[in-house]
Amino acid sequence: MSSERIPPRVRHWLSHVVTVVLLLVAALGLLSLLLVLTGHPVVPALSALVRGAFGSYYAITSATLVRMVPLALAGLAVAVAFRAGILNIGAEGQLLMGAAAATAVSGVMTGVPSLVAIPALLVVGSLAGGAWAAIAGALRLRFGVLEVISTIMLNFIALYVTGWLVRGPLQEPTRINPQSVSLPTALQLPVLLPGTRLHAGVLLTVIVAAVLWWWLRTTASGFRLRAVGANPLAAASAGRIAVPRTLFGAFALSGVLAGLAGATEYTGITYALYENFSPGYGYTAIAVALLARLHPLGVLATATLFGALQAGANAMQRDAGVPNVVVSVVEAMLILLVVAADRWREHTSQQRVPAESSA
Amino acid sequence: MSALEIGSSFLEATVRTATPLALAALGEAVSERAGVINIGLEGAIIAGALGGTVAAGVLGVGGGFVAGALAGVLVAALFALFTIGFRADQIITGTAITLLSLGLTGTLYRTLYGASGVALSIPTSGALVIPGLSEIPLVGRALFAQPLITYALYVAVPALAWWMQRSHAGLALRALGEYPEAAIAAGVHPRRIQTLAVLFAGAMAGLAGATLVLAQAGTFVEGMSAGRGFIAIAIVVLGRWRPFTVAAAALLFGGANSLQTVFQAMGWTGVPYQLFLAVPYLLTLVVLAGASTRSAAPAALGRRPD
Repeated sequence: MSSERIPPRVRHWLSHVVTVVLLLVAALGLLSLLLVLTGHPVVPALSALVRGAFGSYYAITSATLVRMVPLALAGLAVAVAFRAGILNIGAEGQLLMGAAAATAVSGVMTGVPSLVAIPALLVVGSLAGGAWAAIAGALRLRFGVLEVISTIMLNFIALYVTGWLVRGPLQEPTRINPQSVSLPTALQLPVLLPGTRLHAGVLLTVIVAAVLWWWLRTTASGFRLRAVGANPLAAASAGRIAVPRTLFGAFALSGVLAGLAGATEYTGITYALYENFSPGYGYTAIAVALLARLHPLGVLATATLFGALQAGANAMQRDAGVPNVVVSVVEAMLILLVVAADRWREHTSQQRVPAESSA
Repeated sequence: MSALEIGSSFLEATVRTATPLALAALGEAVSERAGVINIGLEGAIIAGALGGTVAAGVLGVGGGFVAGALAGVLVAALFALFTIGFRADQIITGTAITLLSLGLTGTLYRTLYGASGVALSIPTSGALVIPGLSEIPLVGRALFAQPLITYALYVAVPALAWWMQRSHAGLALRALGEYPEAAIAAGVHPRRIQTLAVLFAGAMAGLAGATLVLAQAGTFVEGMSAGRGFIAIAIVVLGRWRPFTVAAAALLFGGANSLQTVFQAMGWTGVPYQLFLAVPYLLTLVVLAGASTRSAAPAALGRRPD
C-alpha cells in the first residue's frame, strides 16, 4: 500500500472515520434487528429515517442542521473538559443556566440595536454557563469534590431553578403558561435561508469549533490544557504547568461553551425559556464528544450525525410508526461499539509488538 | 386538615418516595464501595420498571418484583461486561447504558402496549397496614402502613450494614475500593467481587424500578425513572457510603419531594417548591465539600480495575 505517503496523523483519523462508518452500519444493522423483533417493517422505517434527515432541502436545513447546533456546542463543551481530564457531566445544567441568563437580560434589551443586543445575550448566556461550571471547578480544586458527582447535582439544581424562574420572576405577564415571554424579533438570531429555520447559530458553531481546534492545537494555553489532561503530574513537574489554574480555566471554558449552546438555542430556535427547554442535549453531547474522539472538528461531524439521527427518528415515528426514542438505542450502541472497538484495538496492538500497522 | 394530619400524610409520602430511592442507593453504595461508580443506575431502574410491568400482568406482584430485579441485573451485566470485562471507562459506559435503557424500554413499551399507552391493569402491592403500630400518632402510618417492599428495607439496611462492617466478604469489598493493590495482594479476586457488587446494585435498582410501578404508580410511563438513578448516586454520597446514613439521606430526599403536598394542603401556593426540591442537592454539595467526606469516599472510586 502507499500508506507511507499519508502522514500518520491523517492515517489515524482516516482509520477512525472508517471505524465510525463501519460501526454506524453495525448500529443500523442492530436497529434493523430491533425493528424486526418489534414487528416494524424495516425498509419503510429506514427510508423514512434517511428522508427525515436528508430527504429534502427543508429536512437538511430545518431539522438536521438546526439540531446540530446545540449538540455541537454542548459537545465542544464536553470535549474541552474531557481533554483536560475533567469529567463534566454538567453540560445540561450549564446549558440551562445559559439560556436562563439570556432570557433574564433580554427584558432590558428593548431599544438596543440588534447588532449589539444579540451578541450581548449570547455573551451573558456563555458567562452564566461558565459561572455554573466554575462552581464545580472550585469544589474540585478547593475541596476535592469529584466533578462527576457535583455536576450531576448542579444539573438538578439548574433544572429546578429553571422550573422556578418560568413560574416566578421570568414568567410571561399573563401568568398562564410556565414559560417566559416570547423573544422580540429584533433579538432573535437572523434566519440564514428564507423559508427555513436555519439560523446564524450554525455559522457561529462552525467558527467556534474551528477556533477551538486551532487554539488547542497551536497555542501554549491549549497545549497546557492537553498536557494536564494527559498527565497532570508530568505537566506539573516536567512542564512547570500550574495545574489548578489550567483545570479551573478548562472548567470555565467548558461551561462557557455549554452556556453558549443554551443562549443560541434560545435566541435561534425556542425564543422562550420553559421547563423542558433542553431534551437532554447536555447528555447527548457526551456521546457526541466521545464519538468524535474529543476532536473539535470531529464534534461538528458527529453532532451532524446525531442531529440527522434525531430528525430522522421523528420522521420514522411519523411515517412508519416507529417510536422515536429508538434513536437513543442507536446512539448508545454507537458509543458502546466505539468503546469496544477501542479496547479491542488496544488489545490487539499489545499483542503485536510493533504497534504501528498500516490499517 | 389538622396540622397533625398534614404532618402524618407528609411523613407517609416521605417514606413512600424514599423507598425506591433507598433501594437503588443501597445497591449503588455496595458497588461504589468496591470502587465502581455506575452512572447507568438510571437505566437499571427503568428496565426494572418495565420488567416489573410486563411480568406482573402474567405472574402477579411477586413475579413482577422478581422480574424487575432480573431486568436490573441484565442491564448491570452489560455495564459489568464493558467496565470490568473490557476495562472501559465507567462514566462513558454508564452514560451509554442509561441512554440505551431509556430508548429500549420506550420502544418496547410502545410496541407492547401501543403509543397511547392504554390503561394497563397491573396488580399492585397495596399498603400492608400493621394493626396497632400504624395508629401511633404522626409516624404510625409513615412507618407501618407501607407496602411490603418498604418493610423489606427495615431488614435489609441493618443486614447490609452488618455485612459490610463485620463479614469477611464485606471487608474484601471495602478493601477493593480503598486500596485495590493491597486487597489483591491479600488474595481478593477483584473482578469477581466487583462484578458481584455491580450485579447486586443492578438487582436493587431493578427492585426500585419495580417499586415505582407495582407499589406506587400502578402503571408504566416512559422515562418514569425521572433521574432517580442520579438522585441515588447523590444519596450515596450524602449518606457517606454507609447503609444507615444512606437510608437517612434517602428519607431527606423523599421529604423534599413530599413538601409540595404540604404546601398545597396549607394553601401556600406562592411558595416556590422547586427551590425546596433543589435543597437536598445543595446539601449534598455542601456535605461533599466538608473535609470529613473526602476520607469517607472509597479512594479508588471510578478507577479502571486492573
